[in-house]
Amino acid sequence: MNILVGISKTPETTAKIEFSEDGKSFKSEGVNYIMNPYDEWYALVRAIELKEVHGGEVTVINVGTISNETVIRKALAIGADKAVRINKETSSSWDTASQIAAYAKEHSYDIILIGKETIDYNGGEVGGMLAEHLGVSFISFASKLEFDGSVFTVEKDIEGGVEVVELNGPFVLSAAKGLAEQRIPNMRGIMMAKRKPLEVIEPISDEGFVTISQFTKPAEKVGIKMVDPDQMDELVRMLSEESKVI
Amino acid sequence: MILVFIEHQSSQYKKATLETLTYARKVANMTGKECVAVVLGANTNVAELGKYGADKVIHVTNEQLNSFDDKLYTQAIGEIATKQRASFIILTNSSIGKHLAGRLSVRLKAGCVSAVNKLPQIADSVKVQRGVFSGKAIAEYEIKSDLVIISIMSNSIPVEESEGKGVIETINLELPPNVIIIKQIKKVEGEIPLPEAELVVSAGRGMKGPENWGIIDELADVLGATTACSRPVADSGWRPHHEHVGQTGIAIRPNLYIAIGISGAIQHLAGVNNSKVIVVINKDPEAPFFKAADYGICADLFEVVPRLTEALKKFKNSN
Repeated sequence: MNILVGISKTPETTAKIEFSEDGKSFKSEGVNYIMNPYDEWYALVRAIELKEVHGGEVTVINVGTISNETVIRKALAIGADKAVRINKETSSSWDTASQIAAYAKEHSYDIILIGKETIDYNGGEVGGMLAEHLGVSFISFASKLEFDGSVFTVEKDIEGGVEVVELNGPFVLSAAKGLAEQRIPNMRGIMMAKRKPLEVIEPISDEGFVTISQFTKPAEKVGIKMVDPDQMDELVRMLSEESKVI
Repeated sequence: MILVFIEHQSSQYKKATLETLTYARKVANMTGKECVAVVLGANTNVAELGKYGADKVIHVTNEQLNSFDDKLYTQAIGEIATKQRASFIILTNSSIGKHLAGRLSVRLKAGCVSAVNKLPQIADSVKVQRGVFSGKAIAEYEIKSDLVIISIMSNSIPVEESEGKGVIETINLELPPNVIIIKQIKKVEGEIPLPEAELVVSAGRGMKGPENWGIIDELADVLGATTACSRPVADSGWRPHHEHVGQTGIAIRPNLYIAIGISGAIQHLAGVNNSKVIVVINKDPEAPFFKAADYGICADLFEVVPRLTEALKKFKNSN
């Protein structure tokens, strides 16, 4: 089974989020970057597990500049067979999807996996866009993916439950928690990753229609009211009369 | 026209769907355009949509649309949008909306922004906003295409009834067969799903073990709240993973979030700090969650939570 896994680079989960004074750009100085957790923990690991059972190859693809290669090498260390980097700083979900689609159209994959969203822009838009470019189905928020040799069975998170669906490949799937267990690369994997192929290709030109015009920080809380543990009636009164939430 | 896609379950509409319709009605008023609701698959209750502001309801009754198939739904909505020259397609930021937003965007060559949480600013271009960096910041997006596709985050706008003519047009489209077969739907019964919940009671490692969750369930019952938990609790299997809120779980924005025995790590705060009111119960005065809270109680949760439940019972009985 040949699987393509889209991976992104995101600020680590504890990173301090700051913007330039005019609010036009994210301040990346001093920020540590990681592989987007949904891509790494779930999409990539499940792809590797399927390959281990059914054979084939796992290719990771990233849209980004040379600074992304640390994250790409980590994916290879975890167990991907080869990597492709499309050489540009992505400008939007549209851009990312178009770049990956242009590459995927030239190759043949049984399935394409990505994380359900990146933890920086939280759009979750790339999967649907990619699927439409390729004319295949899209399954979002998958928490289980099985293959019996001919048909795929997927469990996906829906509001208040899960839906179990069956379909044939190829399709695009976005990975949610539960799809796999995080794998930590071992020393052998790290050594092998250095010798695995990492192809760099030039981007196509397709910028889309959406730009971020302004970043702001949410308003700070004005100050906490401490409530005496013996005064729960008072808390209930404030929730009802002052905050009007109950 | 303003096209609003209406999700339905057995001819019923969830609050989040009616919020999306209310949003579309307001965009229609802002632009002086018609608000057209699109309903796919069997539904006996399309007339109700006029009550929430739909001028017209286009009901597509092909049998293939009775269950969700993202390619078919995209084709159906895409055809109607093109034929009727939609200037907005408004979706709900739900599981279904997540499937459709990106697809429609590519199919119709239109800019798309998901999880929008405020009404747009409409001038030469359209500006909308949504939370980014898992709730740690807000981004304003500018969309420059003639057609704008957005999905609306639940609890962003209250449902309003308004006058729409609600003229129903029933049509059939030429569509290929389904490719996705739904085998089973497993629902958690009797609870409002977390992303839609207005009241949430959430607990963390301070609970010491899954056997102690009775007091959380009782508090949630009295309030009519949905239960949630922190990541360590979901990871150790004390609670199911669909209850996990935070940066790598679900991001929510309820009216009231009660955090019990959760320290408030930055990753957890990211998923909940858009809640309108936050109550924190923790015995550690240094817990970072207190900095993000509106009300704090610094005490042993095993003593305070039952007291709060009692106080709420009294309040409910007197009202």
